[in-house]
Amino acid sequence: MSSLSAEACVAFHGVSKSFGDLVVFNDLSLMLPSGQTTAIVGASGSGKTTLLQMVNALEQPDRGCVQVFGEPIPQHKLHHLRHRIGYAVQGAGLFPHLSARDNVVLVARLQGWSEARIQQRFEELLEAMALPASVAERPPRELSGGQQQRLGLCRALMLEPDLLLLDEPFSAVDPVTRLGLYERFEEVQRRQAISTLLVTHDMREARRLADVLVVLEQGQIVQSGAPDDVFAAPGSPYVERLIASVA
Amino acid sequence: MALALSAQANPSNPVRVASKNFAENYLLAEIVAQLLEGEGIAVERAFGLGGTLICYQALLNAEIDLYVEYTGTLSQAILQRPELTGREELNSALTERGIRLLPQLGFNNTYAIAVRSQLAESLGLRNIGDLAEHQQLRLVFSHEFLERGDGWPGLAKRYALPHSVEGIEHALAYQAIADGAIDATDAYSTDGELSRYPLRVLADDLAYFPAYMAAPLVRTDWLEQAPAAAAWVRRLAGTIDAATMQRLNAQVAVEGMSYAEVASAFLDAQRQTLGLSADVAQTPTTNFWPQLAGHVLRHLQLTGLALAAAILIGLAVSLTVFANTRLANAVVYFCGLLQTVPSLALLALMIPIFGIGFTPAVVALFLYSLLPIVRNAVTALSTVDPTLVRVATALGLSRWQQLRYLRLPLSLPMIFAGIRTAAVISIGTATLAAFIGAGGLGEPIVVGLSLNDTDMILRGAIPAAMLAILAEFLFAAVQKRVSRGYQ
Repeated sequence: MSSLSAEACVAFHGVSKSFGDLVVFNDLSLMLPSGQTTAIVGASGSGKTTLLQMVNALEQPDRGCVQVFGEPIPQHKLHHLRHRIGYAVQGAGLFPHLSARDNVVLVARLQGWSEARIQQRFEELLEAMALPASVAERPPRELSGGQQQRLGLCRALMLEPDLLLLDEPFSAVDPVTRLGLYERFEEVQRRQAISTLLVTHDMREARRLADVLVVLEQGQIVQSGAPDDVFAAPGSPYVERLIASVA
Repeated sequence: MALALSAQANPSNPVRVASKNFAENYLLAEIVAQLLEGEGIAVERAFGLGGTLICYQALLNAEIDLYVEYTGTLSQAILQRPELTGREELNSALTERGIRLLPQLGFNNTYAIAVRSQLAESLGLRNIGDLAEHQQLRLVFSHEFLERGDGWPGLAKRYALPHSVEGIEHALAYQAIADGAIDATDAYSTDGELSRYPLRVLADDLAYFPAYMAAPLVRTDWLEQAPAAAAWVRRLAGTIDAATMQRLNAQVAVEGMSYAEVASAFLDAQRQTLGLSADVAQTPTTNFWPQLAGHVLRHLQLTGLALAAAILIGLAVSLTVFANTRLANAVVYFCGLLQTVPSLALLALMIPIFGIGFTPAVVALFLYSLLPIVRNAVTALSTVDPTLVRVATALGLSRWQQLRYLRLPLSLPMIFAGIRTAAVISIGTATLAAFIGAGGLGEPIVVGLSLNDTDMILRGAIPAAMLAILAEFLFAAVQKRVSRGYQ
């Protein structure tokens, strides 16, 4: 269970990052509130994914500091941090050679959880994601895109993380399935408010799921606030265009 | 090259007799072998070694005790001191290498120029020099003869022969000359075919060709340790003149008798002269199925061991280097380099290090099997879907855990395909192992080639092909099993 507090679960201080000649961020600072869902939105190439990947150290900032759970990200033994963070990606990224169940429980098994505890947690997650028990032994390729995505979320939630990083996890499915996924996600958050960082290019999705909206343009934060506020008062033509795309 | 001292110390050790892979040398070696066996001395045959230098190297390395060499070959090709002629001079050069040439068998097997008897009669051709007056004659020689410095170029110069010449496969030359398609060709003076076709050998009156007197070449320490056996071999000195050798060769080439039969008959006829005991060694009966089984077993041993080593070492290396692109590329490149070395050359290169027989063959086959395995493993391990790798990292899997739970399982199908390729290549390449005395299904092929005996060649080639096909099917079946559950 994550300890809810008003302080930030993730903090970026003066973060700069470049890939070769391409400058992604320059001196970016941002605080993400605990217990809430923050959506990072912006056009493609605005740096959303890179920002998210700096939280679980898949990317390192060139300058500046990233703090998670109040501590700077360590240099070594990153697995301790990563076990506390759930990560879900577009397309789910399930391992093709493992069954659905093995995919979801792999980390728990490696952590030495008992089979009983694993089974209990797995069943909880299936229920939360409205997945039938029959999917458990099937390989990913036999499952629909929506089912795979839900399993991806199960995997992210398996270790009862304190933080969720979601990189466009709902975008690769059809609109109807997507609505179902939203409902599942909201249900999970209702039961237990997990701090979440959601990267999406879909403004509608951000408005629906997020408590806080952060708009990125070319690596700069151009606006942030409650979704309704941002929609009501866009701060720049760029933000206007983003909002207009879902009008 | 450490000398295997202990091997020769005991006089009851078998005498290791080798031969090159052409008919005459097989015959002479078989004669020596049966002579010794008839006197109760055990013999180990390492016949059909692929070339002069392989035999010579094996002798130097104490892998064998004896083989029949030719004086001209010794001076021209091996020692590269063409000025050395005669046994005394050669032995003075060989002593420091621990080798000795025994007294000659009695014939000179040198190059000869053969023409159709009828043509020789009508044109009055007796000596090689007589050809100069008949420029219109079609002279067609074997490729080797055309290229050797002491072959056609030197001959044409010496005898002032103005002809333009062409090349032909030696085995076809005899038929061609008999048919009248060509007028003259090169031959060995004791070739069996010379008695089959109406041919005359022109005299080398200017003594251009060096003498190639046949004589047993032995290790001096063998002479000391097995004096009885050595004494028996010495008795062969002067017992085979050119006509006899040609007749024996003809029995093999023309009448189709086996080496063993011809050797046996020769020794039988010579029993009194040589003072042999009553029982000459019986011609070893060759039962087809046990012999085939023996070859197949040896073939599988060679291939199996090499493949097992290639899998273990190849995978270990691949797992170690795949993450480092530069290193991985270098390793794959090196394995590729090994593959470009012609298999027979690779086998021969192993001899100075490992000797002849089983070990160098396995090592060469192992080196040959590396590329398919290593290249497939490295490629598969390093090209796993990057999204999956990212997910695995985000899940907190260590490098090793990623290897075990993600990379390796996903790489298995490709690795397996590499192993399958290596297996089939190995089975085919292993047939060449016979050239360095390793046995296997290559043996009947090698002997059959020297005899021009298609049946015998097929007795090795067909089982080898079937083995390869069987391996393909087996591996395919296992691969299907392994790949189940993958995309």
